[in-house]
Amino acid sequence: MKLCGAGAAGATALALGFTPSTAYAVQSRQYKLLRARETRNNCTYCSVGCGLLMYSLGDGAKNAKASIFHIEGDPDHPVSRGSLCPKGAGLLDFIHSDSRLKYPEYRAPGSNAWQRISWDDAFARIARLMKDDRDKHFVERNDAGVLVNRWLTTGMLCSSAASNETGVLDQKFTRALGILGMDSQARVCHSPTPAALGPSFGRGSMTNNWVDIRNANVVIIMGGNPAEAHPVGFKWVIEAKIRNGAKVIVIDPRFNRSASVADFYTPIRAGSDIAFLMGVVNYLLQHDKIQHEYVKTYTNASLIVRDDYAFDDGLFSGYDPGQRTYDRSSWNYELDAQGHARKDPTLQHPRCVINLLRQHVSRYTPDLVSRLCGVTLDDFRHICEVLAETSARDKTATFLYALGWTQHSSGSQIIRGAAIIQLLLGNIGMPGGGVNALRGHSNIQGYTDLGLLSLRLPGYMDLPSEKQTTLDQYLAQSTPRELLPDQVNGFRNTPAYFVSLMKTFWGDKATRANNWGFDWLPKWDKSYDVLAYTDMMYEGKVNGYIVQGFNPLAALPDKNKIQQALSRLKFLVVIDPLGTETSTFWKNHGEQHDVDSSRIQTEVFRLPSSCFAEENGSIVNSARWLQWHWAGANPPHEAKQDAAIIGGLFTKLRELYEKEGGANPDPVLNMSWNYIVPEDPTPEEIARETNGYALADLHDASGRRLARKGELLSDYSLLRDDGTTASLNWIFAGSWTQSGNQMARRDNSDPSGLGCTPGWAWAWPQNRRVLYNRASLDLDGKPWDPRRKLIEWNGQRWTGFDEPDFPVTVPPGSAAGPFIMLAEGVGRLFSGGSLVEGPFPEHYEPVESPIAANPLHPTVKQNPSTRVLPNDSARMGDRRQFPYVATTYGITELFRHWTKHSRLNAILQPEQFVEVGEQLAQRKGIVAGDMVKVSSHRGYIKARAVVTKRIRTLEVMGEPLDTIGVPCVWGFEGATKKGYLANALSPAVGDANTQTPEYKAFLVNIEKI
Amino acid sequence: MSIQPQDIIRRSATHSATPAPRVRDHQLEVAKLIDVSVCIGCKACQVACSEWNDLRDEVGTNVGVYDNPRDLSPKTWTLMRFDEYENESGRLEWLIRKDGCMHCEDPGCLKACPSPGAIIQYANGIVDFQSEHCIGCGYCVAGCPFDVPRISKEDNRAYKCTLCSDRVAVGQEPACVKSCPTGAISFGTKEEMTEQASKRVAELNTRGYEHAGIYDPAGVGGTHVMYVLHHADRPQLYRGLPKDPRISAVVRGWKGLMKPLAAAAFVATLAGSFLHYVGVGPNTTAEGEED
Repeated sequence: MKLCGAGAAGATALALGFTPSTAYAVQSRQYKLLRARETRNNCTYCSVGCGLLMYSLGDGAKNAKASIFHIEGDPDHPVSRGSLCPKGAGLLDFIHSDSRLKYPEYRAPGSNAWQRISWDDAFARIARLMKDDRDKHFVERNDAGVLVNRWLTTGMLCSSAASNETGVLDQKFTRALGILGMDSQARVCHSPTPAALGPSFGRGSMTNNWVDIRNANVVIIMGGNPAEAHPVGFKWVIEAKIRNGAKVIVIDPRFNRSASVADFYTPIRAGSDIAFLMGVVNYLLQHDKIQHEYVKTYTNASLIVRDDYAFDDGLFSGYDPGQRTYDRSSWNYELDAQGHARKDPTLQHPRCVINLLRQHVSRYTPDLVSRLCGVTLDDFRHICEVLAETSARDKTATFLYALGWTQHSSGSQIIRGAAIIQLLLGNIGMPGGGVNALRGHSNIQGYTDLGLLSLRLPGYMDLPSEKQTTLDQYLAQSTPRELLPDQVNGFRNTPAYFVSLMKTFWGDKATRANNWGFDWLPKWDKSYDVLAYTDMMYEGKVNGYIVQGFNPLAALPDKNKIQQALSRLKFLVVIDPLGTETSTFWKNHGEQHDVDSSRIQTEVFRLPSSCFAEENGSIVNSARWLQWHWAGANPPHEAKQDAAIIGGLFTKLRELYEKEGGANPDPVLNMSWNYIVPEDPTPEEIARETNGYALADLHDASGRRLARKGELLSDYSLLRDDGTTASLNWIFAGSWTQSGNQMARRDNSDPSGLGCTPGWAWAWPQNRRVLYNRASLDLDGKPWDPRRKLIEWNGQRWTGFDEPDFPVTVPPGSAAGPFIMLAEGVGRLFSGGSLVEGPFPEHYEPVESPIAANPLHPTVKQNPSTRVLPNDSARMGDRRQFPYVATTYGITELFRHWTKHSRLNAILQPEQFVEVGEQLAQRKGIVAGDMVKVSSHRGYIKARAVVTKRIRTLEVMGEPLDTIGVPCVWGFEGATKKGYLANALSPAVGDANTQTPEYKAFLVNIEKI
Repeated sequence: MSIQPQDIIRRSATHSATPAPRVRDHQLEVAKLIDVSVCIGCKACQVACSEWNDLRDEVGTNVGVYDNPRDLSPKTWTLMRFDEYENESGRLEWLIRKDGCMHCEDPGCLKACPSPGAIIQYANGIVDFQSEHCIGCGYCVAGCPFDVPRISKEDNRAYKCTLCSDRVAVGQEPACVKSCPTGAISFGTKEEMTEQASKRVAELNTRGYEHAGIYDPAGVGGTHVMYVLHHADRPQLYRGLPKDPRISAVVRGWKGLMKPLAAAAFVATLAGSFLHYVGVGPNTTAEGEED
């Protein structure tokens, strides 16, 4: 009692400020990382590839079980410099997500529940199902009797967030089995990028790099929203602004987060980008705002085009309306007797490229651009003027784009538009210039490099078709002849790259006598891209599907169609760290996913995989940097690393083929799989295999030994077509050499001050950081801008801060052009027959168009080369019923359908919304926070309405037009409130060249509910 | 950058006759600078804050805006507030402000707090809550001119940003600062941050923001979290950031005028109690209440 009384008095005394000294204990929080184990890794979400420091429980002692408890940015990383975006900053909650899969599970036909199974049972049952299907449906010869070795009834989707080493196994696994229905996220994401940039400049990737953006004077953000999708890469846009006084211009249907810090923003009608860009080209040519010497010497402006090339009323020469394809032979240069293009250096010839371009774009007047795109004349003129300033030798503009350009039925041609502008302005090869494709997933660049697409092989080589029945024929058709004299023509060495790949695939089994195993490769008759393949599935022609780190139910267009397609599979194998919507497609989730489990007969296996934090390996960021990362903990519970899952399955299949025989077992048994533990290959041995080895002592022409037998190759120039070298991916040669793992290098010094850090990680090709950097100097080797000098001629060889993207001993003034991978050595304003719908970009309406007619050519409204499959054409809507343009996108808080599983990210955007402009909302009686229903001809979603000034009603072709913003980041699994998969709305039609879906412009209606 | 008892320069409800030991006062004053003009509202700072501080707020709902969580809470110590503003020339601006504790030089919360040592200010300028001593009275909420502290319903204690005093104590920047992708949040000495802010203002002036300026309000003695604003003449545009924040008159009264009076009253009470004890004897209670 007395104590209590004293306590009460004390409290009063305390309250008044008389303080006993005993209360001084300061409760400041202890620093929690003091002796925690620190592991370096890279963020697994986007292609910036930010550096991570992961902290785990225990100090690495054997008796302590590591568990990651904190992640923050790696301050040494040259791009991220310690920063992380909200996704990266929340990685901890992905690693420990409630949705992490712990054990292999099985769902029986018609069942509505999982049952736990062992790994052994899972491998045994899956291998049995696969083998039975392959044995029954394998096509060894086609109807014409040609050996084709393909298996079409089972396919695989590969993950673009897995490491290269997993990708290598994916490539070997699928091709050994003859699978053609193989794709990765690159298909739904950035496939138009290689399709456009490859033919324009020689390589299909981001031309410059993240940090280099800071050297720009003008930053054009169009078809992308880096502040939101690549926030840490966007750091360098802000640096350009602050340190370089750069002007940042955003052209987008929505005033987005990039626009919030831009100097200038203009809205544009989704799906009209080509018109805008061709309008810019027209402006530059009309106002003579081009870098003349660059255009003359480094582009194909002066080359003369065949006289049967034509463009009339929306169609280029050679169109076959029945097949909806072109005979592209007239889209070519006039060749002389040596097969070289004729040229007119005076640029006077009416059919030289620059004059044909001038003629082609003359229709894209400011007035047309304004009416078609919904951009005001003033805004358009202002942007043209700012951009035109960079035609000066000491000024550059950079274009930053992403899926806002790729996901259109003419996506590849939009990117071509930017390529043409940048060539005219002399901005390619220049620090601070370029056409910078901002890739999506963390390793989508790597998966593209590794050829994880239906018809590709590693290193941008094509899988042979059934018309290429012999190795010689394939190589002849895959190896370009130079189109101008004395060019580097880098693909002339295709035979060396290909034979080295075959030596990796088949090892000792690949001999000259058997054409290095050429016959064992599957040969294709048509594309089995994921749109075509899921259509086959929809028609019941596919039995098995392996889905690795991919969520097709959410990621592919037309969710309701995909749902039916998956339901018609006999078996589905899902390999993932998380419980995705795809893995539970058979389960009823209420209105968001209303299905009847009992009627779905698909057997489903769900195999838990590791995530990035639990494996070693390399991923390739958008700037082509191969960065090595290290595991900070083991996979949870029974989860296995991807390599152990593919390895386990493949060894089981091989056992069956060895024991039982079956449909052509040769490619299955001959695929080299010489890993120390075949069931669980290590990333290190796969990475070395990818780089490649000398299989014999290699000598140069003078007899000097370049490499001993068994040594790792130092670069791709050592590759041979005689079977004495092996390399899975020639462009990765040099990534792991006799001097060790180059991808793990961590010297971040920037000696040029131009943001070039050649000692950090390793970039393909040959560690070059700014592609085509020879073009940053004139023909005589003098830099266009002395302040942007990355390389120089020292009298004997090219040298500098960056690796010269040029043969180091070919001196200034020689004939070889700077675009060394192109057969003519110069950048292509006119892309010849490389793209399916024309050598110049032309505006066509989206497949679902909000306007009555294409004003450029009323008889040809849409892209004449677009493939609309019969099942899909019935699912297209029209503008009377669906009057608004929808465009889908990610938001910075959530990465695709992935981070909704992370509590930290779910907190940031907990519930599904769509964005509606104020004017449309007013007309529809919608206020902020209302539930609305957005519907297309294919399905509907319900979501909260965010009513905003940031989306405006545009005037297009004299009529008002509204846009509805549909973020595609929620679903019915995860930590957020249950939502709809937004791809219920989008149409299953793709870019004419690559079949990347048209997510960015389609038609919907909206109602308040 | 150490944080020890002797680094405390102010302590709530502590009489000047018995202050905290504060001899280690020769320290760099730190500050966080938030450059609203390059903030993209990505919310990396929100996540980094929660991740570092081991906080997980509820997964909420959407009410038709980007802001989420919708407000500061005991488990959300910083958040982005989004405002769409059409300027005089009809151009749209999306003004995005990171909200959270301003770490005032003259902290209203500390002044208002009646619980000794529940709120302290370190010599480096950080204002920190010592929740162990918090009595949940809510005076700090009333005392804060920026409406920052939040009382937890779970434990009835007040919470807010610590400026990552645990990181700063070992020489690191706060978690939000480190994460910020665009460099909109910086950290350094108050002097350096003020200098950097002036440069940013000058650059914004060249881009047509003639009213760009630094937000470091004198009414609270300046702050250890400052803003660069494009429209510093109208801070209210940024979700009601007060133009001239001051500690409320009631709190100033409590600290200034009322406190000596209260102390006198306390002394009188104590004296009365003593006289009562001497005259009447100790208070007693029934036996049963002892346990």
